[in-house]
Amino acid sequence: MFRFLFDRDTWQEVLDSLNKNKLRSVLTMVGVWWGILLLIGLLGSARGLENSFNRLFGDFATNSVFIWGQKTSNPFKGFQEGKSVQLSLTDAKKIEENIDGIEFVLPRNQKQVAATRNFQTGSFSMAGDYPLLDKLQKKDLLNGRFINENDIKDNKKVVAISDDVYKQLFEKDENAIGEYVELNGINFKVIGVFDVGDIRMGPTQDMHIPFTTYQQIYNQGDRIGWLMITGKSGFNIKQIELDTKLLLKNLNSIHPDDNRAFGSFNLGKEFAKFTGFLTGMQFLTWFVGIATLIAGVFAIGNILLITVRERTKEIGVRRALGATPFEIKRQIVVEAVFITLIAGILGIISGGWILILLDHLFGQGEDAALVNASVSIAVVFIALVILVILGTLIGLIPAFKATSIKPIEALREE
Amino acid sequence: MLQIHELHKSYPIGDSSLHVLKGIDLSVEEGEMVAIMGSSGSGKSTLLNIIGMLDEADSGDYILDGLTIKDLTEKKAAVYRNKFLGFIFQSFNLINYKTALENVALPLYYQGMKRKERLELALFHLEKVGLAEWSHHLPKELSGGQKQRVAIARALAANPKLLLADEPTGALDTKTSHEIMAFIQQLNDEGKTILMVTHEEDIANMCKRIIRLRDGVIMEDTKVNQVRAEQYV
Repeated sequence: MFRFLFDRDTWQEVLDSLNKNKLRSVLTMVGVWWGILLLIGLLGSARGLENSFNRLFGDFATNSVFIWGQKTSNPFKGFQEGKSVQLSLTDAKKIEENIDGIEFVLPRNQKQVAATRNFQTGSFSMAGDYPLLDKLQKKDLLNGRFINENDIKDNKKVVAISDDVYKQLFEKDENAIGEYVELNGINFKVIGVFDVGDIRMGPTQDMHIPFTTYQQIYNQGDRIGWLMITGKSGFNIKQIELDTKLLLKNLNSIHPDDNRAFGSFNLGKEFAKFTGFLTGMQFLTWFVGIATLIAGVFAIGNILLITVRERTKEIGVRRALGATPFEIKRQIVVEAVFITLIAGILGIISGGWILILLDHLFGQGEDAALVNASVSIAVVFIALVILVILGTLIGLIPAFKATSIKPIEALREE
Repeated sequence: MLQIHELHKSYPIGDSSLHVLKGIDLSVEEGEMVAIMGSSGSGKSTLLNIIGMLDEADSGDYILDGLTIKDLTEKKAAVYRNKFLGFIFQSFNLINYKTALENVALPLYYQGMKRKERLELALFHLEKVGLAEWSHHLPKELSGGQKQRVAIARALAANPKLLLADEPTGALDTKTSHEIMAFIQQLNDEGKTILMVTHEEDIANMCKRIIRLRDGVIMEDTKVNQVRAEQYV
C-alpha cells in the first residue's frame, strides 16, 4: 500500500511537477511556512516568558497572603470607627488552629532603624523574623546563614543584611560575617548577607533579626506587625484570606462588614493573574498559529486546484497511456502532502532560528525577559502530524477534480 | 483482431441529442493499416476514441483481440489502454517537463516496470525512431517531426497490439509528414496493426485500406494500393 512512498519514481514525478513551476511552488509554501513559523516563534516566546516568570517567582511560596491591621471604618460593639487594629500572636495561633487549608502562619514585625558601622550610616527597614521566612521567601544568601532556631531561643543579637546594606556599611570585598553593626544604638553581629533579587512580592526588608530579639528589645509583648499566611496546595488562597479576615474581625471586635480594618496583599491572586495571562497568551498563540496554518493549507489546496486545471491535458495523456484514476489521485495527494511538509519543516527550522535570535537578544543574563525560549519536540511532532493530515485532506479536493474529467475531454484539442 | 458491430453513439446537446455514430460495422485484421476519413462531424474521431477506450459506445459490440470491451471501469480501461493500445496524437501530447526518454518510458512506468529496465527499453525505442542522441532533451528543444517520432516511440514502448493515430501529420509540413508516414509504414511492414484518422487524401493513400465515414455511417470501405512514402523523402 505504502510501497510507492519508497519508490524513487514517485518522488521523481513530484519533483518534476514542482520544478515545472518553481515560483508557484515557492509561493504556495509561503502560507504554511509562515503559519508554522508563527506557531513556533510565539509558542517559544510564551514558554520563555513563562520560564522567566517561574524563575522570578520560583523562590516564593506563591499561594500566600499578607495581612496587617489598619483603622476600622465601622463602629462596632461600643468602639468608635477609626480604632487602630493591632494583630497579636494570639490571633496568629487562633488562625492556625481554626482556618482550613493553612500551611504556615508567620508573624512578623518591622520598623525603620538607623544603622551605623564605623563612620558609615544609613536608614533601613528591619524585621523581626522566624527561620521559617527563609522557606517561604527564599533568601538568596551570598554569605553566611539566615536566622536559626538557636537565635530565636536565645534572643541572640544577630542580623542578616541585604547586599544593599552591605554596600553602604562595608568596604568592597570586606568580610561582613562576624562583624558588628549598630542598629538604633544596639550592636548586632552580622550572620549573613543576602541578595534581594529583582522582583519584590509584598513588602521586603533590608535586615532580618530574630523575632524574639525584636520582641524583647522593642517591648512588643504579644503584638505583631503583620502576618504572612500560606495555604496548602489545593486550597484556594482567596478563600483562606476571607476566612482569616472574618476570624480576625471576630477576635478583635470589628464589624463583619468592615473592609478597611485589615489591609492585605494576596500573592496567590497576583500570581494567578500572571499565570492566567500566560495561559491566555498560549491559547492565543495556538489559535493564531493553527488559523494561519489552516489558511496556508487552504492556499496550497487552492493553488493545486489551479495547477490541476492547467494540467488537465497532461493528466488526460497520462490516463491515455494507462494511468489509473487512483494513480493520478495518489500523485496529487503526495504532491500536496510533500509541499505542506517541506513548507512545515522549513517553518520549523526558521522558527528555531527566530527562537535562537530571541534568546540572543532577550534571553541572556540574570534578568532576562525570556528564559530558555523553546518549543518541545512533542509540539513540533504534533504540528507535523497535523500538517500531514491537513495536507492529505486538502490534496483530495484537487485529486478528485483531476479524475472527474474524462480522459477524452482532457485530450480534446483546444 | 478487431470487430465492431452495430455501434451507436450520441452526445447530448442541450435538450436534444446528437447522433454521431449510427450503426458502425467494422472488422480489422492483424497487420492491416487502415485510414478513417471523413469531413468534420462525420464521427471519425468519436469512432477512434471508442476504439481507444477513451469513450464508450451507447450500444453495439466491440471486441478487441477476442476481448469484449464493455462497461469498463476507469481502472480497467486504463489497464487495457496500457496493454493493448498505443496512441499518437495530432499535437504530440508529450509531457513538456519530461525528457524525451522519460516521455517514452511513461507507459512502462504505469505498467509497474522497474526504472532501470524501463529506461533501457525506452532508449531502445528511441533508437528505433532515430532519436537516441536526443534522449535527454525536453520536447521544447525538438522539432515537430522529432516530437512526433518521440510520441511514436512512446506509443510503441508498451508493445501494443494496435496503434491508434489521430491526424498524426496534422501539425506537420508536407516533408515531415512524409517522413513520419514512411516510419509508420515501416512499423506496419513489421506487422503492427495501425488505425489512423486523417482528412488528407495523400496520407490516406499511404495506408492499405480506406474507410470513409459520413454522418455516422460507413459510406465506403476499400482496399487501396499503398503509396510508399519513401519515394517522397
